[in-house]
Amino acid sequence: MGVLARASATEIEGRLARLAPLPAHARLRGPETGLVMVRGRAGGDGAPFNLGEMTVTRCTVRLADGRVGHAYVAGRDARQAELAALVDALMLDEAAREAVEEAVIAPLAAAQRSTREAEARKAAATRVNFFTMTQMR
Amino acid sequence: MYVATKGGEQAIGAAHAWLAETRRGDAALPELSVAQIEEQLGLAVDRVMAEGSCHDRGLAALAVKQAKGDLIEAAFLLRAYRTTLPRFGATAPLDTGAMRIRRRISATYKDLPGGQVLGPTFDYTHRLLDFSLTAAGLPPEAASQAEPDTAPTPRVTELLAREGLMQREQPSEAEPGDLTREPLRFPADRAVRLQALARGDEGFLLGLGYSTQRGYGNAHPFVGEIRVGDVAVCFTPPELGFEIELGDIGVTECQMVNQFKGSRTEPPQFTRGYGLVFGHGERKAMAMALVDRGLRAAELGEEADAPAQQQEFVLYHCDNVEATGFVEHLKLPHYVDFQSDLENVRTMRESAMKAAAE
Repeated sequence: MGVLARASATEIEGRLARLAPLPAHARLRGPETGLVMVRGRAGGDGAPFNLGEMTVTRCTVRLADGRVGHAYVAGRDARQAELAALVDALMLDEAAREAVEEAVIAPLAAAQRSTREAEARKAAATRVNFFTMTQMR
Repeated sequence: MYVATKGGEQAIGAAHAWLAETRRGDAALPELSVAQIEEQLGLAVDRVMAEGSCHDRGLAALAVKQAKGDLIEAAFLLRAYRTTLPRFGATAPLDTGAMRIRRRISATYKDLPGGQVLGPTFDYTHRLLDFSLTAAGLPPEAASQAEPDTAPTPRVTELLAREGLMQREQPSEAEPGDLTREPLRFPADRAVRLQALARGDEGFLLGLGYSTQRGYGNAHPFVGEIRVGDVAVCFTPPELGFEIELGDIGVTECQMVNQFKGSRTEPPQFTRGYGLVFGHGERKAMAMALVDRGLRAAELGEEADAPAQQQEFVLYHCDNVEATGFVEHLKLPHYVDFQSDLENVRTMRESAMKAAAE
């Protein structure tokens, strides 16, 4: 779900195309956009506090065979939430699970990993190397 | 006496039409897209998300465009929009310790575990106008890359706490108060104070934070750590009953380390001021951390006589949407109020002049 939440509707759609034909699905709820209150912790590790809200879109779909998929994704993209719910429903079938994982989730996860790695590499280039290396304290 | 209570609709309509025209500016120039604002005025977008108290870069960018770049007006628009949406629940507290770090600096430890990472910063730039930006040109050179260090990045406060030199936060899972649901009540607990500060005006908090450094509050702060990056947002939908990730959001965290000379119950040690804001907002996170520590004066048994240490003063005035509402309402017609004041002053003048003549 975390992978789908970080992928755009177009990216999910592109990956799902490989699994065609997809079973028809009906919307049980949504897609609808709302908010969640994001919490932090005092001092980073203390008592929770309300930091502020963020937009979230959720969707629930049902396949013809009765499988029900849910999705909650950051932002306001209704199409992304619906496709994520569809993928969730598809993955409930043990037999189909592996194919969906391989065709949709794994490639999206790999793309996200490489974006993250590129950013980590840029951050690493700005790492300060002091000339006097001494023991801390 | 008659007082105009109606009218002006046409004038208002024409004013708004002119506003739309001035928003667009010279039609010979290309129009700014919301996506361009989101990408190229990112820090304005971040500030609007923080003060609008709603993380959504696209909405904040739209608000910046609609407000013609007036960031307080934009935060107001975002706050108004959020009231139209249902709330699905609250997330698990963010784990900023697991942040994917773009920037992380400490002013207290040079060689801290995990290292100092400058990230995309204005620090150390010469504040000289760069006229090369006036001409649209080729995209800048790609940022350099290096092999990332996979060492963990423990919090500086944790390093001090392990030695017993830093007051630990009270471990708690208490349900925090929510300003958007219940009005402020005093004394406000730290959770409510942090919420108010996180959505407070950067300029107001900056001024107050500065005042604590200049002697109004006797703070001796060090930046233990500032970290900027992305954290995963985890949420448990009731219908699923297990935690899922909603995605990542960018946040800035500041741990301010302050000396504390101890009290009857606490030994001398360092205490922390904490700042956490949506987006990349170091100045705001630092100001928030200074003011958070200021507001802890009473609970730490310190004298609380400076403005930044007074809860009511700080919390009632740090919200720029509330403040702008009350200040700007003075622009609205006050004809009747003013007539009565006018009568009063005239009467007082008459009697003062009569008394002077006698």
